[in-house]
Amino acid sequence: MNIIACVKQVPDTEAQIKVKADGSGIEEGQIKWVMNPYDEFGVEEALKLKEKNGGDVTVISVGPARAMETIRTALAMGADKGVHICDPAFDGADAYVVANALAAVIKTLPHDIIFCGQRAIDDDAGQVGAMLAEALGVPQLTLVTKLEFAGSSVKVIRPIEGAQLSIETALPCVVTAQKGLNEPRYASLPGIMKAKKKPVDVKDAAAIGVATDAKAKVAKTIPPPARPPGKIVCGDDPAQKAAELGRLLREEAKVI
Amino acid sequence: MAKGVMIVAEQREGALRKISLELASTARKLADQTGDEVSAVLLGSGVEGMAAELGKYGVDKVFVGDNAALEPYVTEAHAEVTAKVIKDNDPAIVLFGASVQGKDLSARVAAKLATGLATDCTDVKLDGGKLVATRPMYAGKCFGEVVINAAPQVASLRPNVFPAAENAKAGAVTKVDVAVGEQKSKVLEVQKDTSGKVDLTEANVIVSGGRGMKGPEGYAILEELAEVLKGTVGASRAAVDAGWRPQKDQVGQTGKVVSPNLYVACGISGAIQHLAGMSSSKCIVAINKDAEAPIFTKADYGVVDDLFKVVPELTAVCKKLVA
Ligand SMILES: Cc1cc2nc3c(=O)[nH]c(=O)nc-3n(C[C@@H](O)[C@H](O)[C@H](O)COP(=O)(O)OP(=O)(O)OC[C@H]3O[C@@H](n4cnc5c(N)ncnc54)[C@H](O)[C@@H]3O)c2cc1C
Ligand SMILES: Cc1cc2nc3c(=O)[nH]c(=O)nc-3n(C[C@H](O)[C@H](O)[C@H](O)COP(=O)(O)OP(=O)(O)OC[C@H]3O[C@@H](n4cnc5c(N)ncnc54)[C@H](O)[C@@H]3O)c2cc1C
Repeated sequence: MNIIACVKQVPDTEAQIKVKADGSGIEEGQIKWVMNPYDEFGVEEALKLKEKNGGDVTVISVGPARAMETIRTALAMGADKGVHICDPAFDGADAYVVANALAAVIKTLPHDIIFCGQRAIDDDAGQVGAMLAEALGVPQLTLVTKLEFAGSSVKVIRPIEGAQLSIETALPCVVTAQKGLNEPRYASLPGIMKAKKKPVDVKDAAAIGVATDAKAKVAKTIPPPARPPGKIVCGDDPAQKAAELGRLLREEAKVI
Repeated sequence: MAKGVMIVAEQREGALRKISLELASTARKLADQTGDEVSAVLLGSGVEGMAAELGKYGVDKVFVGDNAALEPYVTEAHAEVTAKVIKDNDPAIVLFGASVQGKDLSARVAAKLATGLATDCTDVKLDGGKLVATRPMYAGKCFGEVVINAAPQVASLRPNVFPAAENAKAGAVTKVDVAVGEQKSKVLEVQKDTSGKVDLTEANVIVSGGRGMKGPEGYAILEELAEVLKGTVGASRAAVDAGWRPQKDQVGQTGKVVSPNLYVACGISGAIQHLAGMSSSKCIVAINKDAEAPIFTKADYGVVDDLFKVVPELTAVCKKLVA
């Protein structure tokens, strides 16, 4: 099986995000960068498929030089090779540009199934998987929590509001992973050593031949609206506090 | 010249979903500023009857695509028809719901139209006739004002954030061609959640419990409070990972992002990843015995006490209030 996993490097979930004074983005200085948590589920599922059915896992990332660390992390988990699409031309790229860059590379590789995360936890767009599927002209299965491989097709479980769908799709296809799909493994020490020798192909925009002008632009980044300071509800015992809370929710907040 | 606002309505099993009405009202407000029309795409099987309700919420014209192949929702078929209706009618702005289906569909359609998309917006406005869409990024740790330099300008709106207000227009039906090819994906089974509870992303009230609930049995008191407030029970990741609650209940950066009117956090410390998922709630209540817990920094109302004592009392109080 030829399996592809798309990975993005994002700020650690613990990161405090500070908006630049001029609203042009966020301060990147203090940030620790990690693999997007949803991509860990994608890489894990790719590795599980390979372990069961044989084959080869290629990880691809679009990002600046530091994104190489994330590719190495996936290689240390067990992926076989990497492609790093790295070019300052991708600064300010949007999901459309990223998806087309990924598609341009994937078209040159044999591919049966492609994994993405359901969304990147920085831009939170949740678009790349579907846009990539469109660019490749293949079906998409988004927000998947269970996957079974059946030769030329896959069967997945996909939760929607108030129900779960079981869907069967012919390969090749794009699957976007969410929590619940599996438990991602940690990279082992031997894995980390081996990863250093695994091949990573670095390509620039010209080499893959895609346009890099974004359709969607963040014109301004702003801090979240400040919440007015809260109140600590007073009372001598739990019953009094509960009564006072009920009153406040009814009369002041008007939510019950 | 691209003109007007088009919404992509969502229906399930013979009824419009609430987000469709939120989309209609929001589109109406935008279109009224430029004196333009609001149109809607409505796809499925036997859906024509729902057009009237879209009209009631401000839609002038409804493009109805009726075909058994469009029910239940399959991405590629819906994307094909939706993109065609958009191309044929050339709206300036297209709005989707940021529901599971809307997110899946909007990205595919935007890619087909080679345009940009602003996902999960919490505000939309016009600036010089151009759409400015405000959306949370970094799970709400900051917001971005997105503009789209391509046509049409596409955005998906977060459910439960935009009001649905009646504003009757014609809702006139135009049938569209819905010839769709053989589909590569097939829905084999729809397994419905029989609890009768609304999904967390659509709930007006959420009562959430964390590690402080001590175990799965602890949630019984939260279920009771939720019942009285007509709400849904949520959980922190710690509770989900411990196996006390199902994955679909998890609120936070790697779970669901929610915006109810009322969010009651019980025995949840307020880790940054949890806050990311619920800080856009309109009113936040925290019940925690540790006065230093970070959840209190986001709470509108905090109760510092043992939740096992406070919650049953609160349930009793609320029962009287709502009676
Ligand atoms: C103003 C601005 C400046 C930016 N500057 C940069 C920059 O300098 N460098 C940069 O790399 N990005 C930059 N980006 C981010 C950007 O290009 C995003 O990757 C793109 O918008 C996709 O959206 P998302 O990350 O929310 O992806 P989503 O659609 O939420 O991601 C879903 C999944 O798609 C895959 N995926 C997403 N992005 C990538 C990727 N880059 N490589 C591989 N797989 C991916 C992952 O599997 C991910 O889980 C910038 C964005 C903006 C708006
Ligand atoms: C990559 C990543 C992603 C994550 N994503 C998420 C996510 O999506 N959602 C999420 O929730 N977490 C997420 N987390 C986990 C997060 O960091 C916290 O570990 C988790 O939220 C803690 O859950 P908790 O508040 O229930 O537990 P704790 O932090 O253990 O807090 C329990 C609280 O209960 C209180 N308590 C105990 N007993 C009582 C009592 N009798 N009465 C009143 N109060 C009591 C305690 O004072 C304490 O504040 C993520 C972590 C990582 C690393």
